[in-house]
Amino acid sequence: MSTDTLQIQGLRLHLPGAARPVLAGIDLTVGERETVALVGESGSGKSLTSRSVLRLLPPGATTEGTVAVQGENVLAMDAKALRRLRTHTAAMIFQDPRAAINPLRRIGDFLTESLRLNADLPEAEATERAVRMLDAVGLGERVLGQYPGQLSGGMLQRVMIASALMGDPALILADEPTTALDVTTQAEVVGLLDDLRERFGTGLLFVTHDLGLAAAISDRVYVMYAGRIAETGPAEALFERPRHPYTAALLRSTPRLDAPQGRLAAIKGQPPSLKLELTGCPFAARCPFATQVCTEELPPHRPVPEESGRLVACHHSEKLADQLAGSATDD
Amino acid sequence: MTDALVRRPGLARLRISKDRTGRSWLYLLCLGFLGVVVLMAVLAPWISPHDPNAVDLGNALAGPSGTHPLGVDGSGRDTASRLITGARTSLLGPLGVVVFSTVAGVAVGLAAGWRGGWLDSVLSRTTELVFAFPGLLLALLIVSIYGEGLIAPVIALGIAYLPYVSRLTRSLVLAERERPYVEAYQVQGHSGLQICLRHVLPNIAPVVLAQSTINFGYALIDLAGLSFLGLGVPALTPDWGRMVFDGESAIQSGYPLSAILPCAAIVLTVVAFNVVGERWADQVARRDR
Amino acid sequence: MTELANDDVVLEVTGLHRAFGSVQACHDVSFSLARGGSLGIVGESGSGKTTTARIIVGLERADSGSVRVRGRNRFAAAGRGRAARLERAREVQMVFQDPFLSLDPRVTVGSVLRETLRLHFPRTKGDHGRRVEELLDQVGLGAREADAMPRQLSGGQRQRVAIARALAVEPAVLVLDEAVAALDVSVQAQILNLLADIRRDTGIGYLFITHDLGVVRCVTEEVVVMRHGAIVEAGRTADVLADPQHAYTRLLLDSVPRPGWNPKAIAAARRAL
Repeated sequence: MSTDTLQIQGLRLHLPGAARPVLAGIDLTVGERETVALVGESGSGKSLTSRSVLRLLPPGATTEGTVAVQGENVLAMDAKALRRLRTHTAAMIFQDPRAAINPLRRIGDFLTESLRLNADLPEAEATERAVRMLDAVGLGERVLGQYPGQLSGGMLQRVMIASALMGDPALILADEPTTALDVTTQAEVVGLLDDLRERFGTGLLFVTHDLGLAAAISDRVYVMYAGRIAETGPAEALFERPRHPYTAALLRSTPRLDAPQGRLAAIKGQPPSLKLELTGCPFAARCPFATQVCTEELPPHRPVPEESGRLVACHHSEKLADQLAGSATDD
Repeated sequence: MTDALVRRPGLARLRISKDRTGRSWLYLLCLGFLGVVVLMAVLAPWISPHDPNAVDLGNALAGPSGTHPLGVDGSGRDTASRLITGARTSLLGPLGVVVFSTVAGVAVGLAAGWRGGWLDSVLSRTTELVFAFPGLLLALLIVSIYGEGLIAPVIALGIAYLPYVSRLTRSLVLAERERPYVEAYQVQGHSGLQICLRHVLPNIAPVVLAQSTINFGYALIDLAGLSFLGLGVPALTPDWGRMVFDGESAIQSGYPLSAILPCAAIVLTVVAFNVVGERWADQVARRDR
Repeated sequence: MTELANDDVVLEVTGLHRAFGSVQACHDVSFSLARGGSLGIVGESGSGKTTTARIIVGLERADSGSVRVRGRNRFAAAGRGRAARLERAREVQMVFQDPFLSLDPRVTVGSVLRETLRLHFPRTKGDHGRRVEELLDQVGLGAREADAMPRQLSGGQRQRVAIARALAVEPAVLVLDEAVAALDVSVQAQILNLLADIRRDTGIGYLFITHDLGVVRCVTEEVVVMRHGAIVEAGRTADVLADPQHAYTRLLLDSVPRPGWNPKAIAAARRAL
């Protein structure tokens, strides 16, 4: 058994009514104290992947493969073990804290509820822990008696983070935790998450659509497209030398402050609909480099030569290395 | 918000109700049933086998036979003829109530919700006054002024049902007008009235129509109750509601047929009306099933 | 800024004030947009950028100040009638943030456009079919999409419809309120490019309301930075982004995530401000 905090192997997820698996063989690991970013557009399956770690699956979903948190397979757990997992081992931070916190309950109740109910902790101890966690996220004890409506979005997200820490988890799943926040607040929340990960030794799986953010905060990055991992590797290497045409195109289509001015290199078309079966590479239809083999054969994940920890699923990755890295390949 | 209200567990939405071509046989069945009932009502004078009011006391409570296919009630009147002729008042009455309460209720609710301010206060308080007044009491009042007949109880119940429709419409309009597409039309230069009638109304229509189809059932039963009190349709007019109450004593004597048949007719009509109404509401909203 | 109508200025906002209770949503906001130009208003939530935009399109009223389009005051009296309403609509149009909510769910794409054309150009009725095709073509949609319901379209396609609807009125100024914020990165780039093409072809003026400095850099020539309802910095986009004068602008710039980013320093700077 490996020591990884989270180890997803060959995860496939089918939904009723979809012509192809929504997740088609995901392999992903998060180590102790590691920040891993999962990047993708809407519909890529990035949120489903993170939710499957807590087995928060949509109705009718069927799964294959394993999702192991600290060596235990989440997909095969009984209800009791699952509750223990959700209370103690892994916690999730949602995109919109206002939607995830009951507006009619005080913050104190919200923070201590799951420990009091699932871990039989006496009220006083739970409250004491809540105060410590609020302190860790930079909020005072006063917040305990307040209602969600009295706090700003940034403060609520910090409450959300405090609540994720209540059970002393080994793994935090953050699903677009800063998308609903202002840019300056985003920096604060990200800095806080980073601090806490360091201090409490948790692994962090950070799901985001923002490549810049992923590059800025994570150790390793997984880029997802249409239910598959397109490319993975250390953040810096992946963004400086993208090896998958999708990663490269995504980087060039983001309006960044340091990119050359003028027209953006947009990716033509749209991600494939779930109603379509896919043969070959899911990105082939939008890829400027696609050849016949791309539409016929699914590209396997292959290691990138001379770069450790990098995998890429592209038939032409090696040939394209120079073209993808340069920014001159504008369409 | 309306999305959640609209997503209701309707009968026509059952998986089994769709065949391979995607057409709902339940809808067609209900439409057919309603068609038959309406046709029956229209052609009643010609197709009923006996005079519905012809009394044959010697033959009272007889079971089905060749001359009386559905038997005879406690006063010796032919049940089949009374059912067929009764369809007229039983359909027309509730229909009048539903049409009146829907049209007036939507107008009031739309005005109150869209315009807001003092108009909302005036209209909402006024309709709440009606709430405080039991529908049957209102009917008693109106009937005592206008005398016996179908018109008075229909108007009375129409007014009594109006607040349910107007309150629902008002809350739907309030939710709908907050949606950005309404602002988009404002920016485009459309007048408030245009936006309200062309866009807001059709979008809330499914929920309002669903409420109205439910009201149809209530109205049918309320009118039957009024008939029982001698305030609805005149005593001798055949009416399903009246037949149920007339048949009460027959049930106690062990001859339930003359009461059960009109009961079944009421229930089936109400269910069919709900299924068909739901489908029409979907078509108004152009929703996929 | 002068009160006089200037031929080179299509939109002129002067001294806008708006308070909600004790909160000053807009405090002395003034700027002008050159003919065919593109101006960005940047700020965080609560900065007053959205209130300013809503006052300009007429969805919100100002306590004081004026908004002039082509020299004409939008708040002038005699503005309740149909003609005045249509005239105001032809001055300024708007594209909203969420394309899933800004279209009536039961109206097809073609009908949306025809409805607008009927309202604004009733005299050229026979021409509407061709014009609808032209508008759809302009935003990169085809005849197939004309018969589609909004729910059958993707977010990017819907936003194209919303843009076509705004263009159908042939306005002088287009206000884009976070118009690409809800879209995926690859689709966002398509829409930003499309908007650039439309401006080049039609000479329409853009007012971009956004929180994203990358977008501002990509599509605007001038920028106004707002905070707590007031303008803290204004100028040419390139200058403001290269050499920000106000501490808040610097904070905004530093907050954009990039490799080697230091979130803790930003948080400290934010508290210091």
